[in-house]
Amino acid sequence: MAISSQTARNLGNKVLIRPNSQTKGIVSWLTTVDHKRLGIMYLVASFLFLFTATIESALIRTQLIRPDNNFLNPEVFNQMFTLHGVTMVFLAIMPMGTGFANFLVPLMIGARDLAFPRLNAFGFWIYIAGATLFYSSIFLGGAPNAGWFAYAPLTSLSANPGNGIDFYMIGLFLAGIGTLSTAMNIIVTIISMRAPGMTLWRMPMFIWMVLITMFLILFAFPPFTIALVQVIMDRTFGSLFYVPEQGGMPILWQHLFWIFGHPEVYIIILPAFGAISEVIPTFSRKPLSGYPIMVFSGMTIGFMGFAVWAHHMFTTGLGPYGEMAFAVTSFVIGVPTGAKIFNWVMTMWGGKIRLTTSMLFAIGFLVTFVMGGITGIMVAISPLDAQINSSYFLVAHFHYAMGGGALLGFMAGFYYWFPKFTGKMLSEKVGRFVFAFIAIGFHTVFFPQHFLGFLGMPRRIQTYADGYGFNTLNFISTMGSYIALTGALLLAYDIIKTMRSTDRKAPNDPWDARSLEWSIPSPPPVHDFDTTPVVTGQDTFWLEKYPQFKNISNKEEAEITKLSKESDKHGIHMPGASWWPLIAAVALFFGGYAVIYDNILLGLIMFGLLLFSVYAWAFEGVGGYYVKLDSDGGKQ
Amino acid sequence: MSLTSHGYRSSNMKDPKLMMWIFLASDCMFFGSLIGTYLVYRGRSLMGPYPQDVFNIPLTTISTFVLLMSSFLMVMALYYLRTNKIQSFRLATFGVIAFGSIFLGFQVFEFSHFAEQGLTLQRNLFGSTFYVLTGTHGIHVAIGVLWLVSLLIASYIRPMTSKDEVYLDVAALYWHFVDIVWIVIFTVVYLIEFI
Repeated sequence: MAISSQTARNLGNKVLIRPNSQTKGIVSWLTTVDHKRLGIMYLVASFLFLFTATIESALIRTQLIRPDNNFLNPEVFNQMFTLHGVTMVFLAIMPMGTGFANFLVPLMIGARDLAFPRLNAFGFWIYIAGATLFYSSIFLGGAPNAGWFAYAPLTSLSANPGNGIDFYMIGLFLAGIGTLSTAMNIIVTIISMRAPGMTLWRMPMFIWMVLITMFLILFAFPPFTIALVQVIMDRTFGSLFYVPEQGGMPILWQHLFWIFGHPEVYIIILPAFGAISEVIPTFSRKPLSGYPIMVFSGMTIGFMGFAVWAHHMFTTGLGPYGEMAFAVTSFVIGVPTGAKIFNWVMTMWGGKIRLTTSMLFAIGFLVTFVMGGITGIMVAISPLDAQINSSYFLVAHFHYAMGGGALLGFMAGFYYWFPKFTGKMLSEKVGRFVFAFIAIGFHTVFFPQHFLGFLGMPRRIQTYADGYGFNTLNFISTMGSYIALTGALLLAYDIIKTMRSTDRKAPNDPWDARSLEWSIPSPPPVHDFDTTPVVTGQDTFWLEKYPQFKNISNKEEAEITKLSKESDKHGIHMPGASWWPLIAAVALFFGGYAVIYDNILLGLIMFGLLLFSVYAWAFEGVGGYYVKLDSDGGKQ
Repeated sequence: MSLTSHGYRSSNMKDPKLMMWIFLASDCMFFGSLIGTYLVYRGRSLMGPYPQDVFNIPLTTISTFVLLMSSFLMVMALYYLRTNKIQSFRLATFGVIAFGSIFLGFQVFEFSHFAEQGLTLQRNLFGSTFYVLTGTHGIHVAIGVLWLVSLLIASYIRPMTSKDEVYLDVAALYWHFVDIVWIVIFTVVYLIEFI
């Protein structure tokens, strides 16, 4: 950094001692900039939130187990489905994708960290700050209760005078900053930090899907952030964006929300597509079928994802032409998605299939996601949508797409990469039961809800009267949620047991896999790669193991090897740990409370702290140390 | 593709500059949403003051001109740094800071003048959308000014050379972008009212 100077660095060191490679314990985790550690922290946090949201859904299902039930009163019920939705979408599944990306992107492209390691740490801490602030609402006067979509004017001060909505707005605003900064970071990493020979067309499919996802975040989050700011302005400073009495139009919120909200669906699902695209070829012992088609269909989904948002608003009176246009684009987006499904099936076709737990989840994903896709095409038919909008059919549809799609996909990836994350193998025997409980539980919850929707049961109702024919199907659905919860508990038990065991060591490459992350030890050393990888084609690690499949000229391979050798001469530089990302996130966290409680003094103090930490961050410089491979570890 | 002092890179653009381009792509959507909201609510205020009542085009034209000229100075600053003319670089950067501050001064004057005429954030939809849009732009300009002041001070602590060009380059990209956004705002918020 040009503006770093010795005096400023000394000043920074006096305020907080900068941790180095010798720092151990909790401080080393709080200040880490290592993409692997941050990836693991993302995954741990997202799994905890996933578990929380699963319990919330079990509570919701318990309330609906029989007619005229009053297990949760209406206000608590509203808070519960809001918490469940927000947690699943923003705090569990999306960060899970970021966690996988954080850990795996550098390993799969042959890099040693993200382009901006401290920014990466900041992204994680601000996500935790936003999530903590959001959940603190439970203890501070009640959680938000306007649904994960928070439609105006339900969020206006007159309709919702408590602080709950403020926690939603500020919490998601903070988490959104982290999502955006990490997305930018990962894009730069994928563009400029690939190993020699790793051309775009040799990148693993997971990397392609992450790249497309990050571009979606880049363009989808700003409209949502602006919408959040508008509501914060309305509630805190008395502006009139969503005040109908003054001419404000609540429908504007819906447009801004869904311009973000529909790409968000693909932000959640595309990393899962990427994980599936790594799992299926490995366990079929075949290269991924139709690689270029997979890339282009991913891009098409990305572009089209911004052209379908109003299909969430068919019943708001768009007019026949608007509805027609958005119905057509919604049908069209099914085509690239279908192409992907066919390619996965074609990859399995004629392959030597090994039914590991990971592969079982992948096959479960294919079946479940296709069902979610078909109901998706159904609700894209706008006249039909007018009938089933806001019914349980919708609930079934999007859970098949999100839960059955993204979640089962991530579970496949989780079982696949767990040895690389931790250096230990999860039990395949227990894994089969985990899969059975989760898959059977999932379908038992959501399959009956299709019929409940057709029978006319509306979503988001706290209870229903006897005699509508809802009773049996609701009972089955609730039983399913208990089965799925059992599966989640079993998984938690197996993870804890595996982590405490000493005899489940994972080899470098337990699955005979295809991409670079399997060429290094499990878990990877702090510097990832001893030497800069030489990439000779798609599935480069596979080609290293089975050179007979290589399809590269000797001249090109020699050039790439030379580049790699010359790159190694510069040594292995590890970025220095830093306190400032954490402190900046803490400042924004308390700044959020200052806005919620209109506390100007606290706001000013936190603004000062933020400004100070930004300058300290810039002036302390990248820092770090060089890893010497002949000794045991890094040396300052 | 190139070998740098940190080893092999698969892109020729330096990371900070690539990062800034990507950030600006995202920032387009931020301003797009704000300008979109302004246009959706245009002409829907239930009570005055309305845009035609308060806008002073000659005044805003002057402040727009000042901001545009600051972009010209920004180009000069970058040119001087690249050619290692550090004293001229400092002078040009100071000019950018001064012009940016003058623009902010105009904006403060304009806001207080509008408030005197009864246009507040809480008054009508025009007030809400106008202040949040131009306020967000003003914050961008203020951040740019703060950034350039920091770079200018840093250039005295540790003399900058053409090797540090990327840091000014990134700030310059940001500055030009903020400038371009103002051209759009000036057109669709101010000028459109008087066609």
